[in-house]
Amino acid sequence: MRDLMIAGARLLDPATGLDAPGDLLIRGGLILDHGSNLTRPEGAEIVDAAGACLAPGLIDLRAAIGEPGAEHRETIASAAAAAVAGGITTLCVLPDTEPALDDPALVQFVLRRGEATGCISLLPYAAATKHCEGREIAEYGLLIEAGAVAFTDGRRAIGHARTMRLALSYARAFGRMVVQHPEEPGLAAGGAATEGELATRLGLPGIPAAAEAMMIQRDIALARLTGGHVHFAHVSTAAALDLIRAAKAEGLAVTCDTAPPYFDLNETAIGDWRTYAKLSPPLRPEADRLAVVAALQDGTIDAIASDHQPHDADDKRLPFAQAEPGGTGLATLLGVTLARVHGGDLPLLQALGLLTARPAGLLGLPIGRLAKGAAADLVLFELDRGWQVKAGALPGKAQNSPFDGRALEGRVVGTWKSGRRVYGA
Amino acid sequence: MSFSFPILPDGHLLAIEGLEPPHIGALLDLAESYALLNRQGKTQRDLLKGRTLINLFFEDSTRTRTSFELAGKRLGADVINMSVSNSSVNKGETLIDTATTLNAMHCDLLVVRHAQSGAPALLSQKVSASVINAGDGTHEHPTQALLDALTIRRRKGSLEGLVVAICGDVLHSRVARSNIHLLTAMNARVRIVGPPTLIPSEAMRLGVEVFHDMKAGLAGADVVMMLRLQKERMTGGLVPSSREFFRFFGLDREKLGWAKPDAIVMHPGPMNRGIEIDSAIADDPERSVIGEQVEMGVACRMAVLDVLARDLRRNA
Repeated sequence: MRDLMIAGARLLDPATGLDAPGDLLIRGGLILDHGSNLTRPEGAEIVDAAGACLAPGLIDLRAAIGEPGAEHRETIASAAAAAVAGGITTLCVLPDTEPALDDPALVQFVLRRGEATGCISLLPYAAATKHCEGREIAEYGLLIEAGAVAFTDGRRAIGHARTMRLALSYARAFGRMVVQHPEEPGLAAGGAATEGELATRLGLPGIPAAAEAMMIQRDIALARLTGGHVHFAHVSTAAALDLIRAAKAEGLAVTCDTAPPYFDLNETAIGDWRTYAKLSPPLRPEADRLAVVAALQDGTIDAIASDHQPHDADDKRLPFAQAEPGGTGLATLLGVTLARVHGGDLPLLQALGLLTARPAGLLGLPIGRLAKGAAADLVLFELDRGWQVKAGALPGKAQNSPFDGRALEGRVVGTWKSGRRVYGA
Repeated sequence: MSFSFPILPDGHLLAIEGLEPPHIGALLDLAESYALLNRQGKTQRDLLKGRTLINLFFEDSTRTRTSFELAGKRLGADVINMSVSNSSVNKGETLIDTATTLNAMHCDLLVVRHAQSGAPALLSQKVSASVINAGDGTHEHPTQALLDALTIRRRKGSLEGLVVAICGDVLHSRVARSNIHLLTAMNARVRIVGPPTLIPSEAMRLGVEVFHDMKAGLAGADVVMMLRLQKERMTGGLVPSSREFFRFFGLDREKLGWAKPDAIVMHPGPMNRGIEIDSAIADDPERSVIGEQVEMGVACRMAVLDVLARDLRRNA
């Protein structure tokens, strides 16, 4: 492999606070050096960044993929193509597939399928409970040996308090977190939208916002009881974020992420029965969206994950309550996050940190930074380049974007995985 | 009767919410004229001549379907009833397939009832016909609200300032939602009365007053509108038993005594006698206007078909 120099970039490394013009030199798939006026080695390939932003490749903490079991919606290969087009170089995938990833052989299968794409690190979560059914905990030790990155039942909440207690206790022995879909399942059952005026007008069964906070309150108590690390996915309400903020202040091992829909959209997006905006958790009133932005600003939220969920037309072209919840998010993760930068809510480095160094920290992996000697996983993007999200024209197979029609500023122009260009000309 | 503005500018009637008072008033005026013609035994069989009206019912219904059928036939349309039994509806996939089929049949007017909120709106995006919502899930039932308003207007002269108490299972009621939108738009004072488990969240944001006590809710009411309590709601645990519901929220002579002495009693049907309404009230010709509601239903549906057909003729 020839040496590669990406020259004339705006180097951005949230881990160190670096934000300066310069070049970056790659040798053997690793970052050899970066800085201004680097010597160009003989025979090196040169990429002219023309002032575009060069940052660590994004780490997406949460994506559901159809494979295994629902390949008609999305395969690992098609998800990987969408991810690298979005600047993502590390993708954590959910285990609530068919079958669920509750066996070491299945974890290894997904790892191998990820390697076969040749363009991305695919890190599988393993099931927190057998078959993701929320009853008996899975074989955490064996699953970690097989390559599992942490434990979760994916889009299903671990509803039983004793099971969650055991999961947190047992995972602690292996130093891994348990990721919870924070929604009290009994209270949320049958719901299609956040309970309130809009759901009442549309005649849709509601999910009270309190279903999120009460599950988080319970699991914080269990984290206190067990000393285990609980991580809450796609947190979306002000009340829940207040609880997490207080738990962090108390010093508990409690972390969380949110997803772009929860800081970019509010419940009005489901008006006119737009099933692409039917998500789980459901979109919330504007006050909750503002609380999510505030929690991104003050650091209560540890990461932004895509919460990618692929669906096809048959899942979505239905009366609202019958449509499947979930939206794609891989190709829009960076662009929608940058909307908060352009909107003045977040400094650029802080926003990128939520997509790189901070999720890397949650996973305990030495990735997501521009360190010398680290793998050259990189994203090059033009901060001000405008584009429009168009369902039907997005990379990857699934097209059910809740951001369909949204105009964005900030577009990926190149992605490198271990020094090899996997996206962009 | 001619109008200087389009009454249903979308070419469909999917909901009352969004209609402006002049539109509602015009529909009611037109319906009133049809009520008169109907009583005189006159028909207008040329108005929808050569037009195809399909009653597409995904939920069982006798009175609404029959009412639309009669309305269509009185205006000269070819009326076809399609009942799609619930058991054969594999979720909504067939909805899109059905739309394709209907387009191939060159249907002009499509009357849809469906158990899912928003289903007629989804169909309206896929079919070339004008769609009339005949009840979708717990969302709306616009022609029911029109016929209720016409019945009230004929009895009370005007809707403005009237106190209307809508009582019972508001949570699951599309009739209640359409009535709330229509009556508040026409400046009636709307109350909803029922146990908290059957009142939708943030209902007061729809511009109504909420009561959990029939005595307070009916005090001074001009109109008492009872809703059907679906039997399956009781198995869902939202109310403990029918006898308890009737004791506290069923309309009997004593409770009606709390309303104005000339208050009228309405029910969209079919009634659960002895659950939400006592037979003595339902059958009392001095108070109950339930029969007149059915009569006005045909007139209102004729008016809606007429208005939508004007646009069809314009487009033809």
